[in-house]
Amino acid sequence: MRALLFGHCGRCRVPPFARGRNPGPPGALSRRRLLGGTLALGLLGGAAARADEPLPVTEVAPGVFVFHGAHEEATAANLGGIANLGFVVGSDAVAVIDTGGSAAEGRRLLAAVRQRTALPVRWAIDTHFHPDHALGNAAFAGPDTTLVGHANLPRGLAARADTYLAGLRRDLGDAAAGTEILAPTLLVRDRLSLDLGGRTLELKAWPAAHTDADLTVLDTATGTLFAGDLVFLERVPAIDGSLRGWVDAIAGLRRETGIRRVVPGHGPASARWPDALDDEERYLALILTETRAALAAGRSLDQAVATVARSERGRWLLFDDYNDRNVATAYTELEWE
Amino acid sequence: MPKHAAALILVALLALAGPARADEDPWPDLKSAIFGEKPVADGSAFMRVEAPPRAYDAAVVPVTIRFDGGHMPGRIRAVTLVVDKNPAPVAAVFRLGDGIADPTIGTRVRVNEYTNIHAVAETEDGSLFMAAVFVKAAGGCSAPASKTPDQAEAHLGEMRTKNLDAAQIGEPSRVELLIRHPNYSGMQMDQIKRTYVPARFIETIEVSYDGTKLLQVEGNISLSENPVVEFSFTPTETGRLSATAKDSDGAVFTGAWPVPATM
Repeated sequence: MRALLFGHCGRCRVPPFARGRNPGPPGALSRRRLLGGTLALGLLGGAAARADEPLPVTEVAPGVFVFHGAHEEATAANLGGIANLGFVVGSDAVAVIDTGGSAAEGRRLLAAVRQRTALPVRWAIDTHFHPDHALGNAAFAGPDTTLVGHANLPRGLAARADTYLAGLRRDLGDAAAGTEILAPTLLVRDRLSLDLGGRTLELKAWPAAHTDADLTVLDTATGTLFAGDLVFLERVPAIDGSLRGWVDAIAGLRRETGIRRVVPGHGPASARWPDALDDEERYLALILTETRAALAAGRSLDQAVATVARSERGRWLLFDDYNDRNVATAYTELEWE
Repeated sequence: MPKHAAALILVALLALAGPARADEDPWPDLKSAIFGEKPVADGSAFMRVEAPPRAYDAAVVPVTIRFDGGHMPGRIRAVTLVVDKNPAPVAAVFRLGDGIADPTIGTRVRVNEYTNIHAVAETEDGSLFMAAVFVKAAGGCSAPASKTPDQAEAHLGEMRTKNLDAAQIGEPSRVELLIRHPNYSGMQMDQIKRTYVPARFIETIEVSYDGTKLLQVEGNISLSENPVVEFSFTPTETGRLSATAKDSDGAVFTGAWPVPATM
């Protein structure tokens, strides 16, 4: 059974935050081709055999490691591993950025850290509250590790906790065992610096955009920005905060200095900066323009959903699963402008 | 028909409290709980319920009850909207005043699981007619009320209209009234406080034009966040559309707009 990307509404059988109910348009990027490799791997491995195996990570910059999440929905085979996760190793300590889609995936991420260093994981940072990013927190809980997140994160996570856990149990079965909702205790309202020894992470909390609890993490030593889901590549962005806020955040990200590459929440392990913003900026700006036009023309929610941003259909994976809801979210936000 | 939304919720919940199974059709029991022994005839010759067959957001499902003016058996006085499998099935009762040009009504509802949505229209002589549509959506009642809770609090009770500037004197004009309100369902969890967010929802909306009653709405938790009602009326030379809404905490919200819009 397929899972919700964000497990947004429990037993919700609707998109987006939705299962991939459609095979996708023939003209779209071939999801099957992209998924083929991962699916085959899942069949060979199997969840049980892989439970303690370190997640495969790529060193995208010196001391900066990234697990590349699959463009799938959460399953027992991938343990919810559908988002990019990472860690940065300093001379004194390690920081993990996003803990994964389940405690099991979090443990595999921790095993990947342990392959590289024996230094303590002093911080585990959630870029936002969505389950594919924050449900691995339990794997890092302990006296040495502080969970870090946006000031709004505990509220957002709490409001969705039951839904997320129920969704994970449904989608992962036994592999969901040990997963619990753990909210950060070190909260960021504006900016925060974390010293890993010899390198500093600069955390920035953003106004409502992808969600209302988005946090970015910049490794200043290498200019690597962990953008969380403020940056989507390949997989269609999903709006769960504010469309206007997200467009503003993209402009704000462009003004940030010292960034050389980005680790997107979904997409390749590392991408060029600021080019990586172009696709989602184009898509979100199009939704904004066309939804405003639909509202100005007196079109209904249904009419807007049927027409807005359709020209983007061949450019994104999972477009059919998420675009309708994105437009509905945009419409109900913009009608209050 | 019971007079208050709260009573309707209660009646409907009682109806569901029996040994009904999830796969059973709750409509026969609901129908007698809401309308008693009164017969409800098939109205499909002149009315239909429109909703997306698969909702894109279970918490915001647009529904229109559309009437074909040429075939109506009489003036429609009230429309009851029922989301059969919701915990509070009666989403709203719309009472239509003399100023309503066309009884077609639109709104947005939460849908908790795959369900029929019924509309029952009452004509002037008290006859009841129904139509229904099946909607695939789930989780709408427990989904967090707002993506941006701070904004929702800051703007509580604001009202807006849509398409009012297009309203023409002497022409039936379709407009929408929007009320900014989280319409908390009572099924949304606040785990920081270890409790459910208490239900707080728009209970009544009254809309009038130049003192003539257009619409009275009795709502409940099955209406979406930021409740919307779409209706039609015929503006005169100069007049004022006004709306008063009350929520279940007793808060009152008002709005008024000149129609036609003055420059």
